[in-house]
This record gives sequence, structure tokens and C-alpha cells, in this order.
Amino acid sequence: MRVRLDHVTKRFGSFTAVEDFNATLEDGELVCLLGPSGCGKSTLLNMLSGILPLTEGKIWFDKDDVTKVPPEKRGVGLVFQNYALYPHLTVQDNICFPLETQRVPKKDRIEQAQEIAKLVHVDMLMHRRPGELSGGQQQRVAIARALIKNPRLLLLDEPLSNLDARLRLEMREEIRRIQQRTKVTAVFVTHDQEEALAISDRIILMKNGITQQNDLPQALYDNPANQFVASFLGNPPINYIPGRMQDGAFLADGAAEPIRMPIFHGVPDGKKVVLAVRSEAFTTEENGPIPAEVSRVYTMGKEEMAWLQIGDIEFRAYIDNEEGLVPGKQIRLNVRRRGVFVFDPESGERLA
Amino acid sequence: MRHVYRFFIYLFLTVMGLIMFLPFLWMFLSAFKTSAEVTASPPVWIPSSFSLINFQLAFEKAPFLRYFINSVVVMISSVLVTTVTSILAAFAFSRLRFPGRQTLFSMLLSMMMIPFEMLIITNYTTVIDLGIYDTIWALILPFTSSIFYTYILKNFFDTVPESLYWSARIDGASNWHYLWRVMVPMARPSLTTVILLNALASWNSFMWPMYVIIKDTNRTLPWGLQVFTTEAGSNPEQQMAASTVVVLPMIILFLFARKYIVGGVARGGLKG
Repeated sequence: MRVRLDHVTKRFGSFTAVEDFNATLEDGELVCLLGPSGCGKSTLLNMLSGILPLTEGKIWFDKDDVTKVPPEKRGVGLVFQNYALYPHLTVQDNICFPLETQRVPKKDRIEQAQEIAKLVHVDMLMHRRPGELSGGQQQRVAIARALIKNPRLLLLDEPLSNLDARLRLEMREEIRRIQQRTKVTAVFVTHDQEEALAISDRIILMKNGITQQNDLPQALYDNPANQFVASFLGNPPINYIPGRMQDGAFLADGAAEPIRMPIFHGVPDGKKVVLAVRSEAFTTEENGPIPAEVSRVYTMGKEEMAWLQIGDIEFRAYIDNEEGLVPGKQIRLNVRRRGVFVFDPESGERLA
Repeated sequence: MRHVYRFFIYLFLTVMGLIMFLPFLWMFLSAFKTSAEVTASPPVWIPSSFSLINFQLAFEKAPFLRYFINSVVVMISSVLVTTVTSILAAFAFSRLRFPGRQTLFSMLLSMMMIPFEMLIITNYTTVIDLGIYDTIWALILPFTSSIFYTYILKNFFDTVPESLYWSARIDGASNWHYLWRVMVPMARPSLTTVILLNALASWNSFMWPMYVIIKDTNRTLPWGLQVFTTEAGSNPEQQMAASTVVVLPMIILFLFARKYIVGGVARGGLKG
């Protein structure tokens, strides 16, 4: 099902949780709503499910305007962060619950529950109660319950954040697999960039209720719309080198040589800018334009991660092992084309 | 030292327990004694035979079976209706959003401070106006809701995560369906407490039946027993037999359910 959000706005008193949100989710797509806590992503999910009414705007499921449709009539499945399983019911009864409210005959209910339980691998736990299951199993049951009524839209509200690190990796692959098997349109809310990059077809990055960028995961990383997007994605976080433009080149504060790159064309001369460089975009070069001092080195196998210092600014870079970095060594750096951006230090706007 | 300390604690508890238990034991044993045994001095503890003759005689003098049935009918109706109204009210106050919700609930809570004795006169006139004076309805109708039980249940309902509610709503459940399929089964411990406390209160209720019931056949056990003791004053062994009939069901109930009563009241966050 295709979902369209049209100028969706939510205010709580004078506080605006979501402002003028516009997006279309294509049929069968898994879209991540990503952002720091308080960015409005869960509010948006609750509006999609019908739990929260909209202040302004409209939500369309295919050709139906569902803005005013109550949650029980929207045909969505929702997986909560705490799973929200009914503790007094068995796994089977939990999974059957949505069918029970639709008055599906008991025999059919159990049959369908078996089928969906197989898909999420809980078919051998049908007669246990939620309290007897591990976190990952509870999660699977919650997904089964959300899927059994063939929802038009599957909503997942931070479904992995209550799991330990290893299970989280496993379950996110599982969610992806199940979503691709069922081809259900899905919205996944998370604050974890790695999760979002790994799982989604598309990511909508939000901050303070405002969409920052709506793009393919790789595009968000390779081509951030503004400084917030560049900061939010990437581990270790992107490095910033303040400086200014001079003769079409970037001159870092305190650096001797300017950096020349074709991407700088069009950035006005003399402007104060900040050069954003991903850790993997640095190269060492004998006469490179950036002088830096090595302060710490971490060996990571095929490469080394070094803490470097340019003047007072400390940053992290992946450097090829051959160089033999030792703390205190003076080196010269250059940057690669990929993973280098120029932002306006005041507005955070992308300049190049 | 610690063992000595413990020894005295247990000794104290045992003695106190015996002191509490002895009157009941005396009542129970005396119900089987002959009239000579019960008044003998020094007192005779163990009856010579466990014959049920005293029960038979007591039941002949007063319609105890009738009292018993009345008590059971009043208790079951009152418990049933009170439980349902308390569940509905607790759900409304806990989950539904309506204007004045907090104010209304605070008002109800403050009304809990009014003792029942103060309401007897107004309830009495109401019962007369309704034309149910001296009927079993007068014993049931005034006890079909309870702020206290509503409060206990609301406290439990408040602990149920909101996500469960929304999950059920999204899965197509109405408020009604959610309440009976999810909330109520989850609240079983608190509900048990409410039902037991209510049953006890109804069973032991004495003052109200005394005011509104005159006819012998409409009396409940405690009120009937009171009449019987004044009328059969000369036969303590029969009084003891009648008292046993009144008290025993509740003692048995309490023995089986005391962990629910204590647990549920503690969970409800309030002392009984």
C-alpha cells in the first residue's frame, strides 16, 4: 500500500512536535524514521496508527483519506518498543487476538497463527506465556501479532532498543527478511543510525519535528543535505575543520597550504566555512596541504584509526597501516573526493 | 542471642495466636456439648460426643436455613453487582479521558471519609420511599457500588502499560472488549481481593439489616443470630451452634484466600 503524508503537523499546546511533514511511502517499501529523541518520529508513527490525531494535514492510504479514521479501522499493525504482549494470554492467543476481534472462527484463527508463527520462528512456543519467553522471542511474537491480520501498513516503534547488542543485529536481519517475505509497507522508527542504514530502503532523517533529508541510506551518507545530516550519520562521527575560502580553495585555520578540490567551485571567496571530512576520506601525502600531529593511534587490523591534531582541533581518521604512525609524529594530509563536504558554519547549510 | 530473641518472638506470637483462636475453639467445641457440659465448673473443654443435636435444635427454634439462604443471596448479588460497577468505574477513571475526571475522582475519594453510620438515616428514608423496606432488596440495592473497591481496581489498572491498550485498539478491540479480555483477566489478584473483602463485609453486615428488616423470614444470619440469642438465652450450647454456622463459612473462605487479601490490598497501595 502506498502511504502519503500531506503537510502533516502536530502541536501539543505551543510545542510543535512535527511540522509540515510531507512524504510518500511506496508500496512494499521499508522506510526508517530516524532522528534523535524528541525529533517527532514517534509522534509521526502514532499519527500513522491513529493513536494521535493530527493538528493539520492529511494522511492517505492509497486513495483513502484516513486522517480521521480511528486506529481499529486503519488496518495497521504496530510493534511497540516494549512489545505490549498480553501477559495472561499464551503466545497463540496473543497472536490470535487481532483475528478474535474480527470474529474469525477459532479453527481458522489457530491455523493462521500457526502459519505466521512459522514465519517468525515461534511455532514451537505457542502454549507458553510471554513471561516465559526471552526478549527476542517476545519481539517475534509481537511481530507475528502485528502481521496476522495482513496489515496494509506495518509500524515498528524502536522495536530493537530493548534487546542486547547481539540479538539486535539478529532481529534487524529478521525484520528485514520478514518484511521482504510479506512485502508489507513498513515504517521503522529508530534513533540508531546504524540500524537505519542496515535495514531500510529509504531513510527520513528528522530533527525538532522537521524533515532534514528523505533519501536512500547511502545517499544520506554520501550526500548529506546539511551539517546535521552529516553529523548524525557515520561512525566515528564526521570531522569538522573550520577555515575559509580563498581563491577557490579551502584554507584551514592555522594551515599553511590551501586544499584545492573541484567541488569547491561556486563557494564564494572569503567566506568562513567548515570543511566536513569523513574519517575514511583522509589520505597521507608527503606534501599534503593539511599539517597534523598524531596524538593517539588505535590498531584496527587492516588499518589504523588515529587521533590527529590540527592546531587545537582533534579529529579521527582511518590511515593506511604502512605509514607506521606513532604519537607525536608530524604528518601531512590530503582528502579524497568522496566524503568531503563544505557547510556554512552558521546555518549548517551545505555549500559544496 | 539471636536464637533467644527469635524464641521469644515466636513464643509471643504463639501465645497471641492462641488467645485469638481460643474463643473460636470454645465456640466450636461448645456447639457439640450438652447443656450440663457447657455450664460445668471447672469448664469442660472436650464434649463427650460430637452429636449435631444442638444444630438441629437451633435450626428448629429459628429459621437459620432461611437466614443462611438470605445471607448468601444478599452476598452474591451485592458482590456481583459491586464488582461489575467497580470495574467499569475504575476503567473509566483509569483509561478514558473525559472532562472533570480528576475532580470527580477526588470528590469520590473524599466521600470515603464519611462513615456508613452517618448515611443510615438518609439510606433509611430512601429505602422507605422506594417501597422496599423490609424486603431483601433493601439489603442489596444500597450496596451495589463501592468507592473503595473502585479505588483499588483503578490503582491496578493504572499500572497496566498504555501500550497494551493502544495495541489492543489497533488490533481492532473496542474499549469494552479490551476491558473484559485484557484488563480484567490481568487484574485477577486485585479482583479476588475486592470480591473477598466485599463478601466478608456483606456476610458480617449487622447494623443495616437490623434497621430495615423486621420480618423473620427476611433476616440474614448475623441479625437472625442476634434475635435468636435473646430468645434462646438459656441455651448457650445452641447459641454456639448457631454462631458456628454464621462464622465458619467466612473462616474457611479467609483461610483459603488470605494471601490474596493481603497481597491485593498491598498492590492496591492502600491499607484495608
